[in-house]
Amino acid sequence: MAGPIIEICGLTKDYRTGFLRKRTKRSLDNLTLDVEEGEIFGFLGPNGAGKTTTLKLLMGLIFPTAGSARVRGRSIDDIAMHRDIGYLPEHPYFYDYLTARELLDYYARFSPLSAGERSERVERYLKKVGLESAAKVQLRKFSKGMLQRAGIAQAILHEPKVVFLDEPMSGLDPVGRREVRDIILELKQKGTTVFFSTHILSDAEMLCDRVAVLVGGKMQGVGAPADIVSVEVHSMEILFEPAPGRSLPQNLAAEATHIGGRYRIAVAEGDVYSALDQLRAAEARILSMSPVRPTLEDYFIRLVGRERAATNEAELVMR
Amino acid sequence: MSSIPGVVAVNTFREAVRDRVLYNLIFFVLIMIGTAILVGPISIGIERMVIVNLGLSAISLIGLVMAVFIGVGLVSKEIEKRTLYSLLAKPIYRWQFLAGKYAGLLLTLVVNTAFMTLGLGAALYYVGHPFVKGDLTILTAVYFILLELALITALAMLFSCYSSPMLSTLFTLGVYVTGIFAKDIRGFGDLSHDKALRFVTRVIYYIVPNFHNFNAIAAASHGEAIAFSLVWQNTVYALVYVVLVLLAATAVFSGRDLK
Repeated sequence: MAGPIIEICGLTKDYRTGFLRKRTKRSLDNLTLDVEEGEIFGFLGPNGAGKTTTLKLLMGLIFPTAGSARVRGRSIDDIAMHRDIGYLPEHPYFYDYLTARELLDYYARFSPLSAGERSERVERYLKKVGLESAAKVQLRKFSKGMLQRAGIAQAILHEPKVVFLDEPMSGLDPVGRREVRDIILELKQKGTTVFFSTHILSDAEMLCDRVAVLVGGKMQGVGAPADIVSVEVHSMEILFEPAPGRSLPQNLAAEATHIGGRYRIAVAEGDVYSALDQLRAAEARILSMSPVRPTLEDYFIRLVGRERAATNEAELVMR
Repeated sequence: MSSIPGVVAVNTFREAVRDRVLYNLIFFVLIMIGTAILVGPISIGIERMVIVNLGLSAISLIGLVMAVFIGVGLVSKEIEKRTLYSLLAKPIYRWQFLAGKYAGLLLTLVVNTAFMTLGLGAALYYVGHPFVKGDLTILTAVYFILLELALITALAMLFSCYSSPMLSTLFTLGVYVTGIFAKDIRGFGDLSHDKALRFVTRVIYYIVPNFHNFNAIAAASHGEAIAFSLVWQNTVYALVYVVLVLLAATAVFSGRDLK
């Protein structure tokens, strides 16, 4: 398919809150984004950033205040768009009195599958998500992690072209998370586009071709995880041992971390030579010096901190 | 791909059955057994009338409770529990979901009512009542109860599309009670000299469904014939009303944000 598989253009969502004094709260602000076919795309942001709002808009569960979106060239208003997609909601919950097998069979009936295909798919995907032994158990007896697995199975059993997963690792233990990561990678191998929201940054760094960071309903950046963090200012980390009987210069001693007889200090790129001069003067032994490459987490936390500071400032001004 | 409303309906029925909704039948059976045992000694000659009256009243009341209390949760429960999210991500129109939920509860009510009617028949058989052609009025009365339940379910679902279960229950019961007394309300307005009051009572009369017309319990218990014209009039009336209410529910639900 030529062009992006997901096109989001100026998507905005306002909610009206309050009973007597109606107020408008903007949950998503002018989101514009393209996702290419076959990508694993991570949608990152803290709680309340607008990730779930975006996914609900794409699924047609809520309606945009402004903007539009297309999946595989079809508008999100078009019911036919839903044939090609799978969706796992955040904290999924299903019908209490259905068994896992019945649940998957129920959802499979909304896809153009014959009875034989349906039965085969149900068994295959129960096995894939590790629920084959719980196939006859009613969902009300399922743990959170098991519900999450059932949710993933229903999202992919009709083998859609694009899969939207809202916090797919949520509620899973390390083994479960690993299995979900494997499923996502397997989907990519088959050419499926995976769009997933998360606030677990290590998962995003490990899996995603590209990520977008959303804070306070606004997109703060989009790109490959390595590219996103490389735009940040680097610093250098110096590991050293002080000379016996010599004390460290005061400014360095205040910032250095003492670890087993050694000291570690991070200095901005511009201050490296000055720090080295001071260490040489103190006859410290330099053990290593390496550039500090910020992680996605550092980037994320800085953005969130900046946004929260801006919000607090705005609230103070309003008061 | 199977019929979408059909798939949703079967699932709704299955959920209701497994949620022990049909356990009310035990309660009904106990009423019928108790009545059949007690009615002989205290109502010589009028056993049929007492059993039919009590049985049909119980069928109507149990059906009403089911229609209201399950009906108001049909949509709101799905939103509250978020079971609807994964479903509406499938190629399903919202009206198909509503039609399926409605049909599913209606199927539950029909099955429930059918079993209760069998129970009523068994109680009549127990007291030695010889079944005659005139007893078909009992089935007509049951049919009217089903039409009434179809209407109540549609109303409960309409309210549940935009309101909480508690408010939906109040609204549905409010419309039901107003509908029972629709004729009296109009009569009360006609007695008044106040034009505005007359206008309001007439509007109420024409807007709320007239549930009084569906009550054939007295006729059935006395063995009186029910005119065929009333059967088709009630059928058309209920059908038109249900369609209008379901269209209103679709209009409300189709534009609703599922937060």
